Amino acid sequence: MNALLAAAPMTGGGEMSTGESVAFWILGPVALAGGLGMIFARNAVHSALWLVMTMLSLGVLYMVQQAPFLGFTQIIVYTGAIMMLFVFVLMMVGRDASDSVVEVLRGQRLAAAVLGVGLGGLAVAAVAETLTAVGPVGLGPGYGPEARGNVQALGTSIFRDYLLPFELTSALLITAAVGAMVYTFAGQARRKQASQRERVVERLRGPLAQYGSRSGPGVFATADSVATPALLPDGSVAPASLSRIIESTRRERLDADIADVQSESGPAGEIDARALRGGGHDGHEGHDVGSTHDRLSEGSHRATGENEGAR
Amino acid sequence: MNPMPPPGYTQTLIADDPFWLTAIKVLVVFVLLMLITLFMIWFERRVVGRMQQRPGPNWNGPFGLLQSLADGLKLAFKEDIRPVLADKAVFFIAPVLSVVPAFVAWAVIPLGPEVSIFGERTALQLTDLPVGVLVVLACSSIGVYGIVLAGWASGSPYPLLGSLRSAAQVISYELALGLSIIAVVLYAGSLSTADIVAAQSTGWYIWLLPVSFVIFAVSMVGETNRAPFDLPEAESELVGGFHTEYSSLKFALFFLAEYVNMVTLSAVATTLFLGGWMAPWPLSLIPGVNEGWLPLVWFFGKTLVFLFVYIWLRGTLPRQRYDQFMRLGWKLLIPVSLLWLMLVATLRVLRAELTTGQILIVGGVALVLLVGAALLIPDQAPPDEDREPPIVTDYPVPPLDLAVPPTPKRRRRAVAPAREDQQDGETVTAGASREGDS
Repeated sequence: MNALLAAAPMTGGGEMSTGESVAFWILGPVALAGGLGMIFARNAVHSALWLVMTMLSLGVLYMVQQAPFLGFTQIIVYTGAIMMLFVFVLMMVGRDASDSVVEVLRGQRLAAAVLGVGLGGLAVAAVAETLTAVGPVGLGPGYGPEARGNVQALGTSIFRDYLLPFELTSALLITAAVGAMVYTFAGQARRKQASQRERVVERLRGPLAQYGSRSGPGVFATADSVATPALLPDGSVAPASLSRIIESTRRERLDADIADVQSESGPAGEIDARALRGGGHDGHEGHDVGSTHDRLSEGSHRATGENEGAR
Repeated sequence: MNPMPPPGYTQTLIADDPFWLTAIKVLVVFVLLMLITLFMIWFERRVVGRMQQRPGPNWNGPFGLLQSLADGLKLAFKEDIRPVLADKAVFFIAPVLSVVPAFVAWAVIPLGPEVSIFGERTALQLTDLPVGVLVVLACSSIGVYGIVLAGWASGSPYPLLGSLRSAAQVISYELALGLSIIAVVLYAGSLSTADIVAAQSTGWYIWLLPVSFVIFAVSMVGETNRAPFDLPEAESELVGGFHTEYSSLKFALFFLAEYVNMVTLSAVATTLFLGGWMAPWPLSLIPGVNEGWLPLVWFFGKTLVFLFVYIWLRGTLPRQRYDQFMRLGWKLLIPVSLLWLMLVATLRVLRAELTTGQILIVGGVALVLLVGAALLIPDQAPPDEDREPPIVTDYPVPPLDLAVPPTPKRRRRAVAPAREDQQDGETVTAGASREGDS
């Protein structure tokens, strides 16, 4: 590349040097092939890769024409960042995804071809005009204010002569980027993450509190089934867990137990759940509850013994 | 201090190199990189071994130096496997795409000052472009294509995940890398690597721009996919990452590219922040130490320090989680480097218009105002105990006030017979069921 750069004319001049023309006749066809390949490749990623080839060729062409800054920026920005984003998205679609060749809109291809040729004609006409009308100015070391070369001249142009348009453009781009992000996240504002403490408070005081907390770590629970009655911390059966309609969890058994306790302590309103025996006194259905009990608490052993004995 | 050449001098010096000299330089750089890669593999295994209290390869050749050569030859003779589902062309191009840019970046690294080779005055540098630093960035951005395409072309999920990670990672960290370079360019006043080294003759930029250096060093590790940022090839998550399906020479090319990239970025860091081929401070007082071929020693010494840090990181740090890694890049490195860049640019403008005393006064006043403003910010409000708790999931959480209540008295009396059962060598449950059965 150094040889090519050295071979290129250092100052001004309208004629092409040998190195420049050699580079052009190699890179031009490569860039063109890249463009055609991009259009005709069936696979989306292949298409993107052809485009990368075109962009690389253009970058090198800029370098050969004494604009190394533009050339490398082209490679870094277009090939390195923008095309990488394209490839990133295309890789998500799946490797075997190919373009559909079915024409969905009637006459779309014809219209596209006509418009494409028209656009090409416009571009060629515009460029052909400049080929003859504008005399080439070398961008080598002697170029620009104080003859400091291409990079410094570019800096002076952007940050001194055209500062306002440059800033406006960047403001526009930033607005677009922020707008895109706002639209992406609109309506799904991120919920505040609850801390562990807040979750516990919610469990104990919030709408879930009536169901009580689940068993703490280390508690041996045999089942989550509705057929298995819930146990209070002392091993007695939780009333809310017994259903009147499910046969295996007879509500009556608990009611009898409560009545039994109340007959001992007197009808003083709310009774202490810990005082319940859990086994119940109706005897014949006591096995379900009892078998849970004897594994859970030694205190319930007496009740189990009673149940088994009754059978 | 030796007088430094004016900006652009190296460029004109190299521009009139005859063809044979350029060819020799190309060959030397290529061979040098291959040798450094072999050395690095050995060095890494030895150093990591030392860190893990084991010898590492020490059998083949002196100190085991020929071990990586033997491994490389073995790799070349292994069977080359291409998966059935692989995309043939891209699968072949990917390793090449990852190796070539790694080598190309070395073209702009200044290895030493002006020397005479076979009577021809030239600099120890393949070429010096007015935009040299950009060459390094461009090469690293092309090199990623190798990794990304390798994962995609393998036609296998793990490599694809690796390459997706790599694409996201490199885009994020290249931004930070580029931003940290800008401060250096602002001070050197040139994008040419040779000029940047020359501008550091009065002081290395690591002292002048420490923040830039730190950001460059961090994103350098992210850019080369090395531990603790080696997420594209995280073996505990993605088997082998992007190169899972590669074998034989193609795999060797990826291996080569990784190590050459490490060496390249270490050399770039040396050039940008550690004064390139210039001798370190106490030695730099000796006259003639920065002339001729001797600076090669300083250059490779500094590069080796960076390479050692690479290995040290790998031996020390666990791999980062992917979201933490991206957060570090986007929410810490890039904002910090933007702020730092603004500060540096402001100082540059002020230096041109004010004296040092004025800058210190203005800076001091600004600092006092900043501290005062910081004091005005109220402390964090204490948490409100009674406010409505937020919506939470119903994931089971133990209550904070979980306490086992004492057993009531009636129960305690009942325990006595159970104890007897246990003394018989049977559990409570078994005893109870035995009773029931009998």
